[in-house]
Amino acid sequence: MSVDRVLPTPEAHDLLDLVRDLIGKEVAPRAAADESARRFPREVFTTLGAAGLLGLPYPEEHGGAAQPYEVYLQVIEELAAGWLAVGLGLSVHTLSCFPVAAYGTDAQRESLLPEMLGGGLLGAYCLSEPHSGSDAAALTTKAVRDDGGYAVDGVKAWITHGGVADFYTLMARTSPDGARGISCFHVPASAANLSGGLSFGEPERKMGMKSSPTAQVRFDGLRLAPDALVGAEGEGFRIAMAALDGGRLGIAACAVGLAQAAFDAAVSYAGERRQFGSRIVDFQGVSFMLADMATQIAAARALYLDAARARDAGRPYGTQAAMAKLFATDMCMKVTTDAVQVLGGYGYVEDFPVERYMREAKVLQIVEGTNQVQRLVIGRALAGPRP
Amino acid sequence: MNIVVCVKQVPDTATERKLRSDDKTLDRDAADGVVNELDEYAVEEALRLKEAHGGEVTVLTMGPDKASETIRKALAMGADKAVHLVDDALHGSDALGTSYALAQTLKKIGFDLVVLGSESTDARTGVLAAMLAERLGVPQLTFANKVEVNGTSIAIQRVTDYGYDKVEAVLPAVVSVVEKINEPRYPSFKGIMAAKKKPVEKLGVADAEIDVAQVGLAGSWSEVADFAAAPPRAAGTVVKDEGDGGVKAADFLASKKFV
Ligand SMILES: Cc1cc2nc3c(=O)[nH]c(=O)nc-3n(C[C@H](O)[C@H](O)[C@H](O)COP(=O)(O)OP(=O)(O)OC[C@H]3O[C@@H](n4cnc5c(N)ncnc54)[C@H](O)[C@@H]3O)c2cc1C
Ligand SMILES: Cc1cc2nc3c(=O)[nH]c(=O)nc-3n(C[C@H](O)[C@H](O)[C@H](O)COP(=O)(O)OP(=O)(O)OC[C@H]3O[C@@H](n4cnc5c(N)ncnc54)[C@H](O)[C@@H]3O)c2cc1C
Repeated sequence: MSVDRVLPTPEAHDLLDLVRDLIGKEVAPRAAADESARRFPREVFTTLGAAGLLGLPYPEEHGGAAQPYEVYLQVIEELAAGWLAVGLGLSVHTLSCFPVAAYGTDAQRESLLPEMLGGGLLGAYCLSEPHSGSDAAALTTKAVRDDGGYAVDGVKAWITHGGVADFYTLMARTSPDGARGISCFHVPASAANLSGGLSFGEPERKMGMKSSPTAQVRFDGLRLAPDALVGAEGEGFRIAMAALDGGRLGIAACAVGLAQAAFDAAVSYAGERRQFGSRIVDFQGVSFMLADMATQIAAARALYLDAARARDAGRPYGTQAAMAKLFATDMCMKVTTDAVQVLGGYGYVEDFPVERYMREAKVLQIVEGTNQVQRLVIGRALAGPRP
Repeated sequence: MNIVVCVKQVPDTATERKLRSDDKTLDRDAADGVVNELDEYAVEEALRLKEAHGGEVTVLTMGPDKASETIRKALAMGADKAVHLVDDALHGSDALGTSYALAQTLKKIGFDLVVLGSESTDARTGVLAAMLAERLGVPQLTFANKVEVNGTSIAIQRVTDYGYDKVEAVLPAVVSVVEKINEPRYPSFKGIMAAKKKPVEKLGVADAEIDVAQVGLAGSWSEVADFAAAPPRAAGTVVKDEGDGGVKAADFLASKKFV
């Protein structure tokens, strides 16, 4: 079912039409097969790049499409409904571009962004480490400054697009000073061409989103030029958190899209499956479940769009983004689980997509801050500064 | 090189298509209009020729106001400008009438090369390229799965049942393409935005010096006498395997000339 969207401009409608066309022909048809083969669809991202979708919320002068978050996120939602690994992949790419776009110097923006936003490059975002997940400020990967630039040592864990990305947005420690000792770097994959120092772990064997590689990124004396630093030294954690505010909305949009896909599958199945002489959709026990699913999806969509509009208006939106991520991803877990229930035994087997949706949903409650961390963010905003 | 691509708006083949009971023409309101599939290949080929040899690509469509959606799609793919031949007098034109109207327009706007799809998905007469070439007095190179231009000469591979023919001619000429020729590009978001600013010239019958007696329902040589809905698909033949299933299946395929 195509979602009826209220969009701010006619061009946004054209954009969504283009996206649906691409999903129908290039994305959705191969999702199931590539997921079970654990095959990363790099060409799909190339196609998205050629269509101009890799830099939607960034300025046109740097190769972006100058779309508000309200529109960009609905593109993510539709893509995630077609294939989560692609919707989430685009969200992670867009997140990875944020530090250079928002904190880079004019020179960095002019030299880097056109290729990142409009040149078909794919990005990755390196914050988490094996021993530092929710407590991101405890990261230990270090970048040591010397006369020629920086030398990076350490291991990043769980990196989406690890090993397949063209650039890595890296948070590394430049001083022991806790969160204030972290700095942000732009690391082209080609940085290792000269002196080595960049390698990747085997992709993790995951519960879902198997086509999207998640791997360790290992730095072993990697040399970076001085201008690889994005923003000031010590500003990295603030940049990382600002990037995640936007990224969380991307995850919320992914959750709504994935839930919508599961819901659509459940509704269409319930309208055809007959038991006890009637369609199962005519049993109140089933239709009430569907009614709850529809309501929860609509509420989650409204929540992330409200946060997006706050961002587009230049208002603070971090707390709302955390609420949207929390609500939408918990909703998605419930809706995808219920979708399996609606299909009964057929929901539990690979002949129908809903078991995959349920497996995929789980990761959304974990990435870009677990849902406990979202509550922490919301709770801290409520508590205000410590007296 | 001045390339004109003829693009037709047709009802989406994925939706139910109907004829109108009053004048037995296509009910264009009953279904979404889309670019005739093969015409996307024609636009793609024109764009590739332009990219290789320079020049300009013009989209030419004859159809009602609604056909402007189709024009916009072709412009979003990268065509430079468009001519929309639109006039109530043209409604119901048959293939002869359509080819006459398009030929008059082509004479007016000029061309080195005209590119068409080899067939539409609604009327499917597959004759337009040939008729146009005759009316324009230029060579026709039809059913191409490969086109090469070299200066003022053009060569194609024409797909046939037994392989292909090589056909050569001198420009100006008319070419029709088959789907094996290329893979049409998607418009980019920037292309969609740019398309809104590209020039679309609307011409009526008078502008294109079209004699109304030769077009429209009244001017058509062919007439749709009657029509009926396609019969529902009959149940298939069930071959029961009693040791001779393979033979029966093969006989069936042979009887339908599949093997
Ligand atoms: C598929 C996938 C892709 C990923 N992609 C990326 C990526 O591209 N880039 C990147 O940097 N990271 C990525 N991650 C990492 C992800 O962000 C972390 O897994 C996540 O932040 C949680 O960290 P952790 O796994 O170390 O769990 P931990 O932090 O060890 O948490 C374990 C449990 O403890 C809970 N917990 C921790 N602290 C608290 C607290 N203070 N109060 C209450 N509960 C708490 C957590 O909610 C969780 O339930 C990815 C992860 C996965 C699975
Ligand atoms: C159901 C149906 C049945 C019809 N049957 C007949 C019939 O039996 N005899 C008859 O003479 N007419 C018939 N017509 C009318 C016919 O559709 C029009 O004359 C049509 O414009 C040209 O025919 P075609 O689409 O079959 O062309 P084709 O030769 O199949 O199309 C080839 C190419 O010509 C170009 N082209 C076609 N039409 C246009 C256009 N309007 N503007 C720009 N480029 C165009 C496109 O590049 C297209 O790919 C029928 C129409 C319908 C809807």
